[in-house]
Amino acid sequence: MRRRGPIFLAQLVFTLFVCAFLVVPVILSMLAGLTVNYFVGIQSGLTLRWVGEVWSGYRDTIFLSIGIALACLACTLVLGVPTAYVLARRQNALARALEELLVMPVAVPGLATALALIVTYGAVGGFRTSWVFILVGHVLFTLPFMVRSVLAVLMAIDLKSLEEGAASLGASFRQRFFHIVLPNCRSGILAGALMVVTLSMGEFNMTWLLHTPFNKTLPVGLADAYASLRLEIASAYTLVFFLVIIPLLVALQVLSQPPRTKSRAKQE
Amino acid sequence: MTAISEGAKSISIALQRCAKTFKDGTRALEPLDLAIDAGETVVFLGPSGCGKTTTLRIIAGLEAPDTGGKVLFDGADVTSLSIEKRNVGMVFQSYALFPNMGVTGNIGYGLKVRRRPRAEIAARVSEMLAMMRIEPLADRSIDQLSGGQRQRVALARALAVQPSALLMDEPLTALDAKLRDSLRLEIDQLLRRLGITTIYVTHDQAEAMALGDRIVVMEHGRVAQVGRPREIYQRPATRFVAEFIGNMNRLNGSVREGAFLTGAGCIPWPDAPADATEVFFRPEDVTLAETASHINGSIVGAFFLGDRTRLFVHVGEARPLVMETSTRRNFQRGEAVSLNIDPRGLMAL
Amino acid sequence: MRRENLTLLSLLLPAGAFFGAFFLLPLARLFLVGASGEGGFAAYATIITDKNHFASLIATLALAAATTATTLIVSGLAGVFLQRNEFPGNAALVAMLTFPLAFPGVVIGFMVIILAGRQGLIGDISLALAGEKVVFAYSMAGLFMGYVYFSIPRTILTVMATAGKLDPRLEEAARTIGASPWRVMIDVIIPGLKPAFISAGAICFATAMGAFGTAFTLATRINVLPMVIYTEFTLQANIAVAAALSFVLGAVTWVVLVAARSAAGGTVAAAG
Repeated sequence: MRRRGPIFLAQLVFTLFVCAFLVVPVILSMLAGLTVNYFVGIQSGLTLRWVGEVWSGYRDTIFLSIGIALACLACTLVLGVPTAYVLARRQNALARALEELLVMPVAVPGLATALALIVTYGAVGGFRTSWVFILVGHVLFTLPFMVRSVLAVLMAIDLKSLEEGAASLGASFRQRFFHIVLPNCRSGILAGALMVVTLSMGEFNMTWLLHTPFNKTLPVGLADAYASLRLEIASAYTLVFFLVIIPLLVALQVLSQPPRTKSRAKQE
Repeated sequence: MTAISEGAKSISIALQRCAKTFKDGTRALEPLDLAIDAGETVVFLGPSGCGKTTTLRIIAGLEAPDTGGKVLFDGADVTSLSIEKRNVGMVFQSYALFPNMGVTGNIGYGLKVRRRPRAEIAARVSEMLAMMRIEPLADRSIDQLSGGQRQRVALARALAVQPSALLMDEPLTALDAKLRDSLRLEIDQLLRRLGITTIYVTHDQAEAMALGDRIVVMEHGRVAQVGRPREIYQRPATRFVAEFIGNMNRLNGSVREGAFLTGAGCIPWPDAPADATEVFFRPEDVTLAETASHINGSIVGAFFLGDRTRLFVHVGEARPLVMETSTRRNFQRGEAVSLNIDPRGLMAL
Repeated sequence: MRRENLTLLSLLLPAGAFFGAFFLLPLARLFLVGASGEGGFAAYATIITDKNHFASLIATLALAAATTATTLIVSGLAGVFLQRNEFPGNAALVAMLTFPLAFPGVVIGFMVIILAGRQGLIGDISLALAGEKVVFAYSMAGLFMGYVYFSIPRTILTVMATAGKLDPRLEEAARTIGASPWRVMIDVIIPGLKPAFISAGAICFATAMGAFGTAFTLATRINVLPMVIYTEFTLQANIAVAAALSFVLGAVTWVVLVAARSAAGGTVAAAG
């Protein structure tokens, strides 16, 4: 039924307004980072000067953010994929309880998690001041996303039969894990990886308490910039952040389109 | 091309007091003793839940029998050996083909796991493709295959490693009737050619009769009867076996002087046990009589099947008798008929 | 088989050890630290007994509730509309509505300033229209707008997924009985979306309760609980108070999520 009546129109206008509400500030922020003089506005001309200043001044921060995100990915892969496998093989009440437990760092506010880490390990000097401290917080927060992503894929295939089939052919557990289990959760790992990297790049609540002046991530740098710097530089910094994170978000979106079901020839 | 049977030594399999109780308390299998000869094809037949798949999985090594149970391969105790080390080829009901490998990858996987050189794997895979007549499928991925094709790939994969026994868990159940018939013949020919010890699980009695050297009929975790197809069919040990295999007719009555007296007539039965109150016989032991004979009744159903007609005859029992005739004649419902029963086919159970 | 159980257990060990050492243990420590101040375990009651703390708790709860209500209405309307109507550009609109998913609170705070700050767009528009510059970035209103901003992407996906599973026959049945589109919305569609509203609403509420970055960017004087915790920790060095308050905050949000999960049944998908 295609009724393009007044109700449709009203809903469309409303939705467009909501979209504008979400998108316009982003565009404005990006523009602000490219304007010569924000107070004058666009008429003052466009420039890359602010972006250049950000790059030269905060290059280390940007690289640290990317580095932590990648390290976070590595950790969640090593910790999360085996966990997802175990949860897929044993779907009982204990497994569900484990899942709930894993999600806790996401439910609990980042502030609380960060404070907890500080009161427990704050005295361990080397640990407290290194970027690994930040990494720990990021891994806690992103681990459930990797686990859930891989688990979803593993539950969609008949894992038990595939493993029994491989075992009947003589494959040891190690061989089964690397030849059968891992290749078949590739899509889950990919989606999880994108999610982890994106979340890590954007994490602030925890990182703000965990960081030190020598270990700043992009969001932390942004908070500094907003508080103390010219609006143009803050905007340029934000622009750089967008440039890094928007491709990740787009990739996430593309991946989460429901896959076309492959044609299965069933004729004889 | 007999390389697959050369060097492949078929084993004898023995089960001693193998029972299985699952963690939630269900008793899937009562203590079972069975001896299977090398090269024999044994079919486990029964309705779902009878324990046939559990038995197969115990032989495979996917389940362990309750304490006291033993599985022997050629006399050697393999009960504590895991499935990876038993060298059995297994075909699953869902085929369990690996989606991340194509047809050749699947067939060659067993050899890859045994770290055979690539050339040897390739040669064996071609051999299997030829044996199963699926050469054109070599480069396909699994999701491009039809059900029958997957079945062949699963079989090829299981046989590629030259297993000492072949275990098949309802491999034809997921296919449509016509395909099942044709594949049944192929599997039968293949098994005879290879001479490999085969355990085959099914709930389809026609399959069991066609493929089995011996059939093990199971019910509720127990063995009801073990024997050759002909034995099982013509001399069923229990009522369950009689009614599970083929069609069975039944009449109530009593024994009088070497004959069985029923409400619909009298059937000569020299070997009747004196206390029999029921008699069983197969449809093929019933023929139409021209004149008044053993049993009289009226037709309640006549189905023309092309090459024969199946008749349902009401004789005063709850269920009508079933028989088949090839007489080229039209039968009317309500028509009175007389039936001859062959005394050699009469059974007391 | 026992061997299999051992293998599975050893696979869980790395994640388990990590989680135990860096989350469970610290949380336990936090609980104890919260009681290490002058009042002992009574510190946990200060959230109600202390006037300022209580006020900030109420303010945070009210803000989170208002955000949740507004977001659910907005996401409900837009999400149902997009899910059920096909037109060119639909996918683009969906993309636009979901991509701010991973923006940190600070960036959103910045954008609130861009929109509603002293040089903001809304101020310019209102100046042109009404002659007066409307500036609300640095107040609860600005915070509210920011919270709604990051809540919409999180909720709209859940709403759309559930809207896709609604049975159209129920609505058709209602319409044949003579229900107006408005009544259909109230009596059929909204009840059908209830599980989505519950789970998305819970996430929205929990996120709003614990949100920090946005408030931090907009001002250090906005009286929401996360800011109170932060100032107690950094400016007053009241670790015990900060610990107790954050533990309570964490417990409240977790309870809300668990309650919602059992009310909605099934897993509540935590958005990014």
